[in-house]
Amino acid sequence: MKRLLTLAASAAALTASPALAQNVAITGATVALGDGSEPIENATVVVQNGRVVAAGTGVAVPAGVTVLDGSGTWVTPGLFASVTNLGLVDVDAVSESNDVDADDSPFSAALDVAPVINPMAQDFGYSRAGGVTRASVMPEAGASIFGGQGAIVDLGADFDAVRHPRAFQVVEFGERGARLAGGSRTAVHTLLRNALHEAGSYEQDAQSRSGSRDAGQPEFPGLDSRRPNNVDRQGDVLLTRFDAAALVPVVRGEQKLYVKVERASDILTALALREEFPALDMVLVGAAEGWMVAEQIAAAGVPVITAALRDLPVSFEQLAATQSNVGRMVDAGVRVAIGGYDSSGDHPRNLPQQAGNMVALNRVPGATGLTWGEALATITSVAAEVAGLGGRVGVLSAGAHGDLVVWDGDPLETSSAPVRVFVDGVEQPLTNHQTRLRDRYRTLDESERPRAYER
Amino acid sequence: MGRYLKKGGPSVLLLTAAALALAGCTAASGNDRPAVAASAAAGDEPYASTYERYPGVPTAIVGATIYDGAGGMIENGVVLFADGEVVGIGGADLAIPAGYTRVDGTGRFVTPGIIDIHSHLGDYPTPSVQAHSDGNEATDPTTPEVWAEHSVWPQDPGFSRALANGGITSLQILPGSANLMGGRSVTLKNVPSRTVQGMKFPGAPYSMKMACGENPKRVYGGRGRMPSTRMGNFAVNRETWIAAQEYAAEENPDRDLAMETLAGVLNGDILIQNHCYRADEMALVMSMADEFGYQVTAFHHAVESYKIADMLRDNDVCSAVWADWYGFKMEAYDAIPENAALIHNQGACVVIHSDDENGIQRLNQEAAKAQADGRRMGIEIADADVISWITLNAARAMGIADMTGSLEAGKMADVVLWNGDPLSIYSRPEMVWIDGAVMYDMNDPRMRPVSDFELGQPGEGDVK
Repeated sequence: MKRLLTLAASAAALTASPALAQNVAITGATVALGDGSEPIENATVVVQNGRVVAAGTGVAVPAGVTVLDGSGTWVTPGLFASVTNLGLVDVDAVSESNDVDADDSPFSAALDVAPVINPMAQDFGYSRAGGVTRASVMPEAGASIFGGQGAIVDLGADFDAVRHPRAFQVVEFGERGARLAGGSRTAVHTLLRNALHEAGSYEQDAQSRSGSRDAGQPEFPGLDSRRPNNVDRQGDVLLTRFDAAALVPVVRGEQKLYVKVERASDILTALALREEFPALDMVLVGAAEGWMVAEQIAAAGVPVITAALRDLPVSFEQLAATQSNVGRMVDAGVRVAIGGYDSSGDHPRNLPQQAGNMVALNRVPGATGLTWGEALATITSVAAEVAGLGGRVGVLSAGAHGDLVVWDGDPLETSSAPVRVFVDGVEQPLTNHQTRLRDRYRTLDESERPRAYER
Repeated sequence: MGRYLKKGGPSVLLLTAAALALAGCTAASGNDRPAVAASAAAGDEPYASTYERYPGVPTAIVGATIYDGAGGMIENGVVLFADGEVVGIGGADLAIPAGYTRVDGTGRFVTPGIIDIHSHLGDYPTPSVQAHSDGNEATDPTTPEVWAEHSVWPQDPGFSRALANGGITSLQILPGSANLMGGRSVTLKNVPSRTVQGMKFPGAPYSMKMACGENPKRVYGGRGRMPSTRMGNFAVNRETWIAAQEYAAEENPDRDLAMETLAGVLNGDILIQNHCYRADEMALVMSMADEFGYQVTAFHHAVESYKIADMLRDNDVCSAVWADWYGFKMEAYDAIPENAALIHNQGACVVIHSDDENGIQRLNQEAAKAQADGRRMGIEIADADVISWITLNAARAMGIADMTGSLEAGKMADVVLWNGDPLSIYSRPEMVWIDGAVMYDMNDPRMRPVSDFELGQPGEGDVK
């Protein structure tokens, strides 16, 4: 499975899908490109061979393309859900079905979600029906400050979910990190710096031993983060060889480092790590107090992934939490994706609700929200950019993946839902366990036989 | 995490003297206590409410679309309230008496104050530190003797968020669901107060929290004691009800806090709010209620109510539900977003609840999502009926529908003016009145309460 997925990820995405990509044009719809612009009325979107060809007004429909009348509907890029647990969980509280963290494992940074993601998990189908077509899947830290390596998936109804394995490493940098590291933020800093130095020296040792880098991985040229070389290491080594190997691409800036951090002062110290490790390619996850240091985050060019509606001092590292956090950071020039799970009700399917609330916030004096176009971008194009897929995903521009959602109304409105979903030009089924239950219990009539025969 | 066992939320609001003076300066308005407050406080009830309504002015909201909470809608309507009470509602032709302050409702919407039947604000406040974990007396599977009001921290910042972002004017604080019988709830007015007594809803009946399913059996089974199974859950409940019946039959029993609560349930003074997810378990609980002669007022969470909506209707039991939470625990695996609409469609009672310090800020959006999920399967539910899910239906299931929950003359003037349709994502509360007093005004930063905890902290007084 792992090998197959890796091969698929290195092939052209559209040929990796078992279903046939459709050549389709949707006409007469209200089209939102996902790039931050406002929606365009009476527009056309053309997808051929799994890729967007054109979107907007004055778009000619090529011959041989199936035309769908989009009047009365809205079309957007598929949603990109950031830092999800899609495919890692069947039921959160059923621990046997939950692969989000590995708190009894001797390994940390080397843990890799790619081979364990199950695209048949109900949450995949449920999220797909909500218009989510791609997502980052993030492991949570269990036994160490390092959570392991996350992946980027598509939500097509097939086994070929993992598009980019080992796309990022996860580290806990705040209160939770302090607990995992030994009881204090001081331990987080020491453990993290030690680990990155160990990874650096590990790489040097490996190269001097082998004389060359492992060239087997096109995704991450150089040392394979899954396969440690047989290096003899000296001194007080805290990482297993697998974990040290996994951090090599992080130190080299070839793999993103998702830093989970909330407090303003912690954000600044996270950004300062780059003085010691200049190649680090960081993404801040959480950043509840990001608005207080938004200028510094913007100056560092580091993007943020956060839930949008955090407004309570849930902990002492989130005292300044406000719903204006996203808007203020965006205004300061920070690239912000809305995502993650902050409250119990958060689900990838409800990303439009979070984004829509940012638009509503603009009408509250003293608050800072987003324009409609900016709000949609936080869950489409910007989210894809933060994941390293800018221009290829989350936007209706020529050459981008043919991920489309046709909605029955304004996609950010409470009353709207997808009516058609395409991944790489392939129309997707929208049924799942929940829709089947809905259909079974549409009526409760058991005069002929029990509901169990209704399917 | 909260969903597994507990919930949290938080805080409180303090009105400044300046704000009060502002609210009270315009016209003659007494500071009369509502009659219900006087009657509630007059008895020997312990920990009685000390809430008195704050000064308000006779107010006419003119030109808004009105959802009255009881299923009625008036376009370009007028809402009148004075002396803490609703005076009347009507169309544009409704006469506005002299001395009323006009509030322009053009392009805006009015609803009754929003009511959350299931909150843990104050008993799981923010910051959510262990020292604040006061919602589950998880030391015995039956604790009818505990009262949630003795855990509520009025400085929980969550109260202010519920007011400003959610238009919440009344809410029921419940014990958590670790125990089969978790204790008494308390119903609050969402007003800032130095004490919980200053928030207690005058005249509101008590409820007792019960829980079936996974939580009690996990908490106690995990300690090697009963109950460790669903059948154990029922056995412990039934033994306890038998003891309660014996206590209730005694002529002059010794005081027993647990038994006093249970006897109150058996004689109908105390309502039952029953955390329960699965349809089959709800059916068994209704049979248990028949066995011992009490009524379940509402099942909470009730994610499978759609499977037995006919039985819930016939037993006159409300379902207090989320719009679309699902899958987080085994007994939530069959939750569907059409639950509320399917319950409503069978003629059973729907309440949208939060159980969450974030969700309480958006009950209107949750109700709107549930309405739309119904519409997509062909169940049309009028906007005005959907508003009743978060107003009058909640009030009914909390036993306060004769006092609040709809814009009916004589009821408490608990009113929200929204800057747009409350069923739209793009709308927010613009003004909130509780008993006719302005407690929140979007356009006046002084009318945004700040809890003691937030003073001097980063972001104090921010819009949040």
